[in-house]
Amino acid sequence: MARLETFYDVIRRQGISRRNFMKFCSLTAASLGLGPAFVPKIAHAMETKPRIPVLWLHGLECTCCSESFIRSAHPLVKDVVLSMISLDYDDTLMASAGHQAEAILEEIRHEYKGRYIAAIEGNPPLADDGMYCIIGGRPFVEQLREVCDDSMAVISWGSCASWGCVQAAKPNPTQATPVDKVIKNKPIIKVPGCPPIAEVMTGVITYMLTFDRIPELDRQGRPTMFYGQRIHDKCYRRPHFDAGQFVEAWDDDQARKGYCLYKMGCKGPTTYNACSTVRWNDGLSFPIQSGHGCIGCSEDGFWDKGPFYSRLTDIPQFGAEANADSIGGAVAGVVTAAVAAHAGVSAVHRARTKAGMTTPPQPPTP
Amino acid sequence: MYAELPTDPRPRGLAGTDEAGVGVQLGQRTAIYVYEAPVRLWHWVNALLIVVLIATGFFIGRPLPSMPGEASDAFLMGYIRFAHFAAGQALVVAYLARIFWAFVGNKHSRQIFYIPFWNARWWKEVVWEAKWYLFLVPEPKKYEGHNPLAHLAMFTMFNLTLVFLILTGCALYAEGQGQGSWWFAAFGWVIDLLGPNTLWVHTLHRAAMWVMLVFAIIHIYAAIREDIMSRQSMISTMLSGERMFKDDGQ
Repeated sequence: MARLETFYDVIRRQGISRRNFMKFCSLTAASLGLGPAFVPKIAHAMETKPRIPVLWLHGLECTCCSESFIRSAHPLVKDVVLSMISLDYDDTLMASAGHQAEAILEEIRHEYKGRYIAAIEGNPPLADDGMYCIIGGRPFVEQLREVCDDSMAVISWGSCASWGCVQAAKPNPTQATPVDKVIKNKPIIKVPGCPPIAEVMTGVITYMLTFDRIPELDRQGRPTMFYGQRIHDKCYRRPHFDAGQFVEAWDDDQARKGYCLYKMGCKGPTTYNACSTVRWNDGLSFPIQSGHGCIGCSEDGFWDKGPFYSRLTDIPQFGAEANADSIGGAVAGVVTAAVAAHAGVSAVHRARTKAGMTTPPQPPTP
Repeated sequence: MYAELPTDPRPRGLAGTDEAGVGVQLGQRTAIYVYEAPVRLWHWVNALLIVVLIATGFFIGRPLPSMPGEASDAFLMGYIRFAHFAAGQALVVAYLARIFWAFVGNKHSRQIFYIPFWNARWWKEVVWEAKWYLFLVPEPKKYEGHNPLAHLAMFTMFNLTLVFLILTGCALYAEGQGQGSWWFAAFGWVIDLLGPNTLWVHTLHRAAMWVMLVFAIIHIYAAIREDIMSRQSMISTMLSGERMFKDDGQ
């Protein structure tokens, strides 16, 4: 490996001005929810700290996390992040391939033992000894274990690595398993989403590099700075929700007026993510803004706890289309009918007993 | 209570005594003081709150048709949710007070909080009571408090359901209060336990609401029916606290 360059060295070598570098530091501080006082700290860290190697592994996934990451909106963010981490292994982006690529993995593991970050995109399938995902001729789960064991921290990119996502949806034939169920001995930062927002991904990495520690995590292991609030909490359509103004059909007048999509099955009220604040594509828009409800892609089990277009979720044990109201309503209906029938029989029974009652009824033998 | 059950199901004279040993003869009828004032008060307050909670909760899951006009002119969903949360918190406070009373009140005030699961005789009488409802026996036995079948329903369908509704309800309220709130610190574990996400907790909360609704239907019907057919007072008992055995002295 070459001499350890600092982030700043790399940035300047790439022709980025100091002015732009400082802009990036401000932007990063803001996106991490830090005050202006942290801007010089971030700048200082970048000027002095060596780049940290990142090994980016790909398990069962669709590469949407990588696609999101390389489109990090602010061009500078992409440049800086791609330069400031020493992305030494990423089989999707790297130039080398085959044995050459795998050799890098070995090299980093030994030279930077305990000092690199393992960024995991996708998850390992465990069924049949992991045969459903083979990297370099070996099951992915073996590569994952080796790389994570020597790392200092693990980042679970996206819903696949965090929760299992689509490939772990029922019946999960390959037994796709989220990273935290396989790797138990390392701190794991979950950055869920399908994909996660680009600025969230770069923000998490920047935080870890700047402060040499993992960000504050919530109960489920997600950074609170981006996943601490629901989409619903900061949704610009929230006033329509509180007012009771809802889209009732995709092409109705309320849809044109931009009313709340709650009745159309929007999962914003139960989804923790930064979409309604950071938004997507350079802050251009996000699903709700484009008129479609949130599908809750960053939530555990979002694929199985559907449907996407209904507020009430299906309860699969009772058939494909059953939800709490259809089941509860049916049971209540049956019980009401049973009660009415029982009342009728009781009345008849009573009338008959009274008519035939000359002596008090005999006490039953207990 | 089953333990003091007279062998003759139609009590003559004293049907039993309460803790103070008071069994009151009212002319031809025996009246026993069963439900103390706090229990009765809680019953009706709780009933009212459950009606409010079911009505508002139903419209939280399936909102009413859209309000006309500007969003700033209406706050319908906000008011419905407020009513739900306020009633829910009142219900929790009332339930805690009720639990307190179970410790200091008479034996009947404790009945809904447990079942004598290992008592074979009690289960036998559950079956007996079920037979009475199926018209297989001519007369029900008489009890000071809940009959064993009612006791079973009261514990499982009402009490356990209410605890589940309270816990999931507090967890969902905690979600609205945010992850930094003490609500979340106190009830976030419910979401972890029931998971995978809070949407599923919403589903379970709503399913439990239906269980409570079904319980209410059965409860009201059974109370009216027993009042008429089992020759012991039910509805007035929850007003005056006294259970009358109408056949006494025959």
